[in-house]
Amino acid sequence: MTVDAPLLELRGVSKVFGAVQALNKVDLSVPAGKITALVGDNGAGKSVTIKTISGLWPPTEGQILWDGAPANIHSPNDAEALGITTIYQDLALCDNLDIVQNLFLGHEKLRHRLLDETAMEIEARQVLADLHVTTVRSIRQPVASLSGGQRQSVAVAKAVLSAAKLVIMDEPTAALGVAQTGQVLELIKRLSSQGTAVMVVSHNLVDVFAVADQISVLYLGRLVAQGPASDFDTQVVVEYMTTGQSTRATAPGVETP
Amino acid sequence: MTDTVDDPVAGGKGPESAPPSSAAPGSVTTSEELMALTPDVADSLRDYLRAWWKRIRGGESGALPIIAGLIVICIFFDVQSSAFFTSANIVNLFVQATFIILLGMAELYALILSEIDLSVGFVGAVGAAIALALIGSPTNWPWWAGLIVGLAACLVIGAFQGAIITRLKIPSFVVTLAGLLGWQGVLIYVFDVDKGAVGGVISVSNGVIDDLVSGNMTPAAGWIVLVVAVGLFALATLLSTGRRRSQGLSAPPLGITVATIVAVAAAGIVLVFVCNLNRGVVTPLQGVPWVIPVLVVVVVAQSFMLARTRLGRYIYAIGASPEAARRAGIHVARVRTIAFALCSFVAGLAVVVYASRLGSLSVGFDGGTYVLYAVAAAVIGGASLFGGHGKPIHPVLGGLVIATLTNGLALLNISTAGTDIATAAVLLVAVAVDSTLRRRGRSGEA
Repeated sequence: MTVDAPLLELRGVSKVFGAVQALNKVDLSVPAGKITALVGDNGAGKSVTIKTISGLWPPTEGQILWDGAPANIHSPNDAEALGITTIYQDLALCDNLDIVQNLFLGHEKLRHRLLDETAMEIEARQVLADLHVTTVRSIRQPVASLSGGQRQSVAVAKAVLSAAKLVIMDEPTAALGVAQTGQVLELIKRLSSQGTAVMVVSHNLVDVFAVADQISVLYLGRLVAQGPASDFDTQVVVEYMTTGQSTRATAPGVETP
Repeated sequence: MTDTVDDPVAGGKGPESAPPSSAAPGSVTTSEELMALTPDVADSLRDYLRAWWKRIRGGESGALPIIAGLIVICIFFDVQSSAFFTSANIVNLFVQATFIILLGMAELYALILSEIDLSVGFVGAVGAAIALALIGSPTNWPWWAGLIVGLAACLVIGAFQGAIITRLKIPSFVVTLAGLLGWQGVLIYVFDVDKGAVGGVISVSNGVIDDLVSGNMTPAAGWIVLVVAVGLFALATLLSTGRRRSQGLSAPPLGITVATIVAVAAAGIVLVFVCNLNRGVVTPLQGVPWVIPVLVVVVVAQSFMLARTRLGRYIYAIGASPEAARRAGIHVARVRTIAFALCSFVAGLAVVVYASRLGSLSVGFDGGTYVLYAVAAAVIGGASLFGGHGKPIHPVLGGLVIATLTNGLALLNISTAGTDIATAAVLLVAVAVDSTLRRRGRSGEA
């Protein structure tokens, strides 16, 4: 327990919207420094789960544990204070600002009460270099001129700058081509190798198996399987995603009620 | 930095020299290599010029088209009228332009936010009327006290409108449309209350306010101010590029910096020289009108605020994506309210300048039309109606274009009708050129 204590743990988390049970007693754990893939079909509750974790929709019942201690996440600020950064598909970048300005938006460095562009540019360059983001023409170009993969890189670098311990990425490769998908997957691995826990929400099982250390499968609001990625193969995951159970494998941690 | 080694390679391969083979994801890359991949901000003069040309072709032409357009318009009027390029007329033109420039700079705050403020004309007039009424009889306040109260009134009005827009979530178009009507009423009320107002006119009774536009610096003072201003500009530019270079960041090459300083100095010298020529008809009249250094100070202050402070950065961020700004922890409603307050504040300055030029402020002040000119000045100069873009230099250039057209067409004895039509045409052409260049840039980028 002490060795494998997860960074984030959901215990019996349910979320009800009127008559709709969006999440039903979900027990999800996200290990520190690893890549967790959260998969599921449309309507399985992936979005509700990440919105619950990031504080947008507090759970109806159940408990969220952070570093083993109960955490109160009632607003996005609470989540951010703990070190949880969520990157939604729209990435929340300002197209008119350049990369450095976007990276530090809301957390600008000041010198004599004025923006310290030099210090921000140096740090931005370092963060991008650490993430091996090398394809951008100049870190002073507006974000509008970047490709989808590059924009994703900027969003990830922003999370790194905010000292996030857990980065949740919602469908990071959904809108990308093959080469850019490769870049982003590379980036996710790099992020995790720096010690940051990453939770990737994805439909794309090829991508999931390319990066994930752990796979958690949701089916109609229930967590039906969870375990090391090596215990799964594509067919098993598809079975869990579409039927909620598997005829073949019994991955550890699988709870089929 | 290894730019001297990289140069010939980059030069040989042309502008497409960006990532050679380092795109392979696994390769170990250092920040030095990252630098090598930034031809846009290269350090050598040749690379810098090439990157600059590439940006222009990429649609980031900046102020160039509008400056070119202004030169063409000036040449046209010079050919058509011998009276255009005279010292008296050029100084007059600058003075005429300051009001629309300042009103355009006020509107700029709203435009960057992707909003509009239709009330700037009348809000500014209310502030200016309060200031002039307090300075004039019977209260006879000192000029600075009246000015402070008048401009503070503008700030309050702007903050009030901004609060309605942000807290009640009513579109700025509607709130400031109500302002356009309502503050005109308040303006009439101020004239009714002020005992110094005669026949719906408040005169500028104070020497300092009057001298703002009508008064001139002595020729010697004009030169001294120019030397100090250019010196400060040179110092600031050299220090900032020097700091960047000492930190290992790319900075424009020294040649470009020096060329910029020389260009600014040359423009200043021409301006002061023209103003210092004797343009009097009967009595000698020479020197830089006070309003020009005042305008320069306001432009510099606004540019500085927008480019170098958090508030300015947040205004641009909100203009492009309020949602991204909100998620970055920016207090969006507060920043927008402050921006609307500043908008009204600068509008107050603009109308004080207007009253100073005419020697009085009339209750018939046409704030409804002037606000449209203010928007036109900002947009002709290159600010975007869609938010997120625009610098104080844009209304300056746009205001100069409008003033030049008004001035030149008047010299040619063309009616107001003709002037309006010409201004409309220039507005359309400016926006068309701008959007065409941008579109070309975007498709070229892909």
